[in-house]
Amino acid sequence: MKNPFVMECGNYKTRYDKDMAIFSTKRVKVRMLTLTLLAFLFPLLADSYIIGLATLCAIASIGAIGLNILTGFTGQISIGVGAFLGVGGYTSAILTSTLGWSFWIALPVAGIVTASVGALFGIPSLRLKGLYLAIATLAAQFIILFVISRWTGVTGGTSGMVLQRPSIGSFSLMSASSYYYLCLMILLFTIVYSLNIFRSRTGRAFLAVRDRDVAAQIMGINLFTYKVLSFAISSFFVGVAGALLAHYTMIVSPELYSITVSIQYLAMILVGGLGSILGAVLGAIFITLLPVGLGMFVDQFAVYMPDMQNTLAAFQELAFGAAIILFLIFEPGGLAHIWSNIKNYFKLWPFSY
Amino acid sequence: MTFFLQMLVSGIVVGSIYALVALGFVLIYKASDALNLANGEFVLIGSYICLTLVTALQLPFLVALLITLGVCAVLGLMVERVVLRPLLNAPTISIIMATIGLGNLLAGLVHMVWGHQTRVYPNLFPDTPVTFGGVLITPVYLWSFIIVMLLLIVFTVFFKYSKMGVAMRAVADDLQAAASMGINVKRVFAITWAIACIVAAVGGVLLGNINGVNATMSVIGLTVLPVVILGGLDSIPGAIVGGFIIGILQSIAGGYLDPLVGGGLKEVFPFFIVILILMFKPYGLFGKGGMERV
Repeated sequence: MKNPFVMECGNYKTRYDKDMAIFSTKRVKVRMLTLTLLAFLFPLLADSYIIGLATLCAIASIGAIGLNILTGFTGQISIGVGAFLGVGGYTSAILTSTLGWSFWIALPVAGIVTASVGALFGIPSLRLKGLYLAIATLAAQFIILFVISRWTGVTGGTSGMVLQRPSIGSFSLMSASSYYYLCLMILLFTIVYSLNIFRSRTGRAFLAVRDRDVAAQIMGINLFTYKVLSFAISSFFVGVAGALLAHYTMIVSPELYSITVSIQYLAMILVGGLGSILGAVLGAIFITLLPVGLGMFVDQFAVYMPDMQNTLAAFQELAFGAAIILFLIFEPGGLAHIWSNIKNYFKLWPFSY
Repeated sequence: MTFFLQMLVSGIVVGSIYALVALGFVLIYKASDALNLANGEFVLIGSYICLTLVTALQLPFLVALLITLGVCAVLGLMVERVVLRPLLNAPTISIIMATIGLGNLLAGLVHMVWGHQTRVYPNLFPDTPVTFGGVLITPVYLWSFIIVMLLLIVFTVFFKYSKMGVAMRAVADDLQAAASMGINVKRVFAITWAIACIVAAVGGVLLGNINGVNATMSVIGLTVLPVVILGGLDSIPGAIVGGFIIGILQSIAGGYLDPLVGGGLKEVFPFFIVILILMFKPYGLFGKGGMERV
């Protein structure tokens, strides 16, 4: 067998089905399977804090892929992801804690409920574009959160609700690694699903809508159907991520789903790379780990600057803003583009000219 | 009835400040098609700088205000040069995210420098309220209304008659045509951001005098979104009219409906209005809807 980690210097496609394939060559397939295997094996070596962080990254990746389907691939800007996460989390909380349903039914139902709410707020997207749509989804964010925090009888109001970890039979997924495996499986499903959707008619229609919706309409794409569909599919994954997050932290309350969260998710797909599944995952990991990394950095320097710890939150906010701006100016393609640049460099390495 | 009038008056005063902040917003949108989501942080920074000058350095209020405006103008110029100019011709989402990132950066800076406590301005205006036909009006309200009105008139005249104002309108109307007529577009953008920053700072100083200054003040940056949507994103008169309408509606909704739902409606109410406007009249009261070609 050929060494899977040697880059091929060219990939010439001679048939359409080769062009459409998920794994363009056998080496890519081996590499991806190795990566997946590593993701499955790593909890055996790491401690529970790191596994917890990895779980958060996986959940954020699911949400970010969902948002990227809408914003990166279909070009509809949404500043309401935070509230949609909340819809997913609260649906699951109400179904499992109040009504006593099993988590395994509540999770897809949470996704479907969020998809319906997303589709509802997606309806204006037929008439609204760009900035106007962004503001409409911002309004959705505030209205949904207002409903959640005032509908005390169902949602527990501002005090929130308590959830349980899911269980299989009598085995509860309380340990860090078991919940990590659950999130990882769902993340893999999300990745495969979204890679496949862009090999189908639906996905190509999304791309056409993004590139020029009027032109897409002239070519026979029903704008209304596909825009609402994009909102629904995207919100489904965001809702699932919300439910997973709620069962991970085991609490839901309105302030966990504020506009800040929406901005974080937008930052994920932007830092990762708009319109790239890999980018969404990389961006989710980057944005999730950024405050953790800064916290560690500040701890290191606490001896020299004791004031630093008091202003840690402000410092994190500042760094977050700076990261967004720097990526926008210097690398609009995001981490996914950096990654493909690195790969391209090594294609002809060491004779890359 | 008195309660209604009281709500109306406070709505008008808050609305006038909305109008002012919305003006800065519309200016930037008209000139460079950017939605400035960092506007709330500009308001916050202006307010804090002026407060620091007045309390820590004991400067007289007017001097402090002038210095604040100068600092904010420089801030606006810097923001335009460093953040927005490299993103000229970038897609909408990049510009939105850039201003959001800018907002985060400025907010972080403000929290690092000034912390989280609410601070109050020393009393600049007399405390005793004035009565107009049974309605109590505190002098702060009256003064900020007068100042805002003056500023709105000044800006209207500026846009209508001054050379720079006309150049700005030309750039807003058609960037390429304006550039080919010899207008320095980069300079116009820079000045637009400086003016928007100044206007936001004035709004911040007035709001700070009414409510005190703390970090939550930057919410106004989001509250003026309904205002500009109602008035039309590209219309200056729209921003002014929309500011008053939203201010009054918000105040009345706060007064009458808040007790029914248990509070919090006042802040959300403008966004219900946004959804209604976007459904029925997406380009607002005075905005120009565009025709689209492929």
